[in-house]
Amino acid sequence: METREGNENIKVDPGEGLLNRTGIMLHPDLAAQLIQGAKETVPSSEGDTAEMEAERAEYVQESLPIGSCPSLVSETHRDSDEEVAAADDRMEVLLDKLGERLAFERQGTRLYEAFIQKVEAMPVQDTNAPPVENLRHICDEELNHFKLLQQVIVELGGDATVQTPSADVAGVLAHGALQIMSDPRTTVTQALQAALTAELTDNDGWKMLQELAEQLGEGDLADQCAGAYEEEQEHLENVRTWLSNMVLSEAVGQEALVEADAAGEEEESERQTAGKRSARAARTKSSGSSKKRKK
Amino acid sequence: MSLDLMKEKGIELDEQKFDWRDIVRAPTSKLDDDAFTRVRIILMNGIESEALRFQHACARMNKELQLALARVRRIEQHQQTLVNWLLPADLSPLETTIGFEQVAIEVTASVAQHEPDPYLAQVYRFGLLEDFDHMYRYSALMDRVMGADANNILQTYTDILPGRPTIVEHRAPQDDLREPYDRSKAAPITKLNAVTLMGGEHQTHDYYMTIGPMFADPIARQLYAEIASIEEQHVTQYESIIDPEETWLEKWLLHEVTEIYNYYSCLTYETNARIKTIWERFIDYELGHLHFVLEVFRKFDKRDPAEFLPASLPEPIEYKSHRAFIRKVLNEEVDLRARGTQFIRKDEEEDDSPSVIYRSQMNSHGSPSETVAAGYKWKPGTELAEETSDIKKLQKKVA
Repeated sequence: METREGNENIKVDPGEGLLNRTGIMLHPDLAAQLIQGAKETVPSSEGDTAEMEAERAEYVQESLPIGSCPSLVSETHRDSDEEVAAADDRMEVLLDKLGERLAFERQGTRLYEAFIQKVEAMPVQDTNAPPVENLRHICDEELNHFKLLQQVIVELGGDATVQTPSADVAGVLAHGALQIMSDPRTTVTQALQAALTAELTDNDGWKMLQELAEQLGEGDLADQCAGAYEEEQEHLENVRTWLSNMVLSEAVGQEALVEADAAGEEEESERQTAGKRSARAARTKSSGSSKKRKK
Repeated sequence: MSLDLMKEKGIELDEQKFDWRDIVRAPTSKLDDDAFTRVRIILMNGIESEALRFQHACARMNKELQLALARVRRIEQHQQTLVNWLLPADLSPLETTIGFEQVAIEVTASVAQHEPDPYLAQVYRFGLLEDFDHMYRYSALMDRVMGADANNILQTYTDILPGRPTIVEHRAPQDDLREPYDRSKAAPITKLNAVTLMGGEHQTHDYYMTIGPMFADPIARQLYAEIASIEEQHVTQYESIIDPEETWLEKWLLHEVTEIYNYYSCLTYETNARIKTIWERFIDYELGHLHFVLEVFRKFDKRDPAEFLPASLPEPIEYKSHRAFIRKVLNEEVDLRARGTQFIRKDEEEDDSPSVIYRSQMNSHGSPSETVAAGYKWKPGTELAEETSDIKKLQKKVA
C-alpha cells in the first residue's frame, strides 16, 4: 500500500496493540519526570479527603431513598387492624427481596445465554472450558428460579413486574458482569470470573431469602428457597472448579494440572484415611481411660 | 394560567445566581417518580442544550453579540446542569435511552395534534412513528441482553410495538429535508414546536453518539450506531422546517420564548412538588433572558418583536399518554416514505431512488434493528416471563 507523503517516519510495529501500556515502568525516563514534577507540586488547597467525606455526608443526610418497597396489589388474608401494619412491613421486606431475586435470576438467564454463545463461538475449544451442556443446565435452572419467583410473588398478592429497590441495586451491581460476558474480547476465563461473582451473590441471596421466609412463617416458601439454594450451590461449585482449572492450566500447563489434580485427590484420600485412624485412636484411648478409672 | 410575555419580567439576568450545592441536588427516583417527571427533565435538558448550541453558533457569526450571548449562555449552562443532574445514577444508559424515546414519542404526539400547519403536523407524525420504532428495538435489546423490562421505565404510558421499521428509515439526505414555515405567516405555536423538537432530537443524537461505545455487546453497539444515524436524519428534518430567513436575533428571541413555553408546560403538569419549584424558578430566569434579549434586539433591529413573538403562550404541551392517537397514526401512516420534501406511499418508492440505494448499502451486511428484535413481542416481566394469573385477569379486562 502506498503511504502518503510524510508518513515514512512512522514505523508500524506488528506487535502494536499487544503491549500493556498502563504501568509506570513502560517509559522510565518519562516516569522519572512525572514523579519529580508531582513531588515538587504544591496542592492548590491544603488538607486531605476530609472535606470530600463531609460533603458526601451532607448528601447522605439529605438524600431520599432509591425507591419504595412495593405493597400488595391483591387482597390476601388480613388479621386484626393492629397486626396489619406490622404484617405490611414484613411483607414489604419480603416482596423487596423476592423482587431482587427475581430480577437477578432473569438477568442471570441472559448472562448464561451470553456465556453459552461465547463458548460456542470460541475459535479454539479449551478442554477445561465449561461444557456447553452444563452451562445450559445452569441457564435452565436460573430460568426456572425466575418463573418460580414470579408465581411466589403473585400468590403472595404482589406484582411480579415491579422493580423493587433491592432489585434496582442488584441490577446496578450486576451490570459489570453483563458487560464482561457480552464483550466479544473477553476470554472464557474472564467470563467465568463474571459468572463467579454472579453465583456468589446468588447463593447468599437465596440463603437469605430462605432465612427470611422461615422467620416470617412462610414454610412453603422457605422449602422452595432451600431447593433453589441447593441448585445454586452446585452452580457455584461448578463455576469455581472451571475457573480454577482454567487459571491453573494457563499458569502451569495442562499436564501439570492433571498431575496436580491427581496429587490433590491422593492427598484428600490420605487425609480421610488419617482422619479415620485418628478417630479410631481417640475411641481406643477413651475406652482405655475408662478402664483405668474403673480400677 | 397564562403568561403575558411582555408584562412578566421574571428575574433580572444579574440576579440569576447559582452555587455548586444548588446545582447538584438530590436526584429524582427511577422507581417512585412518575415517568413524565423524567420525560420533562430529559426534554428540558434538550431545550437547554439547544439554547447553548444556538447561542454558540450565533456567537461565531455575530461578534457584536458575543458578550450578550456569553452572559445568557452562562446561566443556561447552569440551568441545564441542574436539570439534567436530576436524573439518578441508577438509571442506566439503556434505561435513559428508553426515557429519551418516550420523550420523543409523547412530546411529538402532543405537538403533532396541536400543530395548526397540516404539512408540519404530517412531518411530526412521520418522525413520531420512527422514534416509536426505536423504542421497540431498544426494548428488545434491554430484554434480550440485560434481562430487564422496559415498562419499568415507561410505566404503561407508552406502547412497545414496532413502528415504521428502522431498517427502512435510512434515507438519502435529499429525502430528509422538508419545506420550512414562512416566518411572516406561521402561527407562534408552529415556531415553538419546531425549536422544541429540533432541540429534543439533537440532544437524543448527541446522547446516543456518547453512550454507544459504552456498551460491550456488539449488537448493542450496532443498534446505537444505526439509530444514532436516524436521529441525525431527524435533526436534519426538523431544522429544515424552520424559516432560514429568520435573523439571528429573531431566532434568539424565539429560542427564549420556546424555553419559557417549555418550562411553563412542565410547571402545568408537574406532580413532584420539589421539581415543580425548579420549573417555576426557571420560568422567571427565562423571562429575564427574554427581556434582556429584547433590549439587545432593539439596539440592532428596528422591527417590533410583536410581529413575530406571541403576546402570550399557547396551550402547554400535554404530558400524558397519547396511546390512542399514536395507534391511529400507526395504523394509517406506518407505510409512508419520503421523496424530497414530500411524503409518499411505500409502493411509490422506486427501487432506483436515492434513498433505496442508500438504504441497501447501509443494510448490506444486515440490519441491527431487525436482528435485535427478530420475533420480539413485549410481555410483562420480559420475554422470559410466564403469564401469571394476575396478567391473565388484566387481559380479560381489555378483551
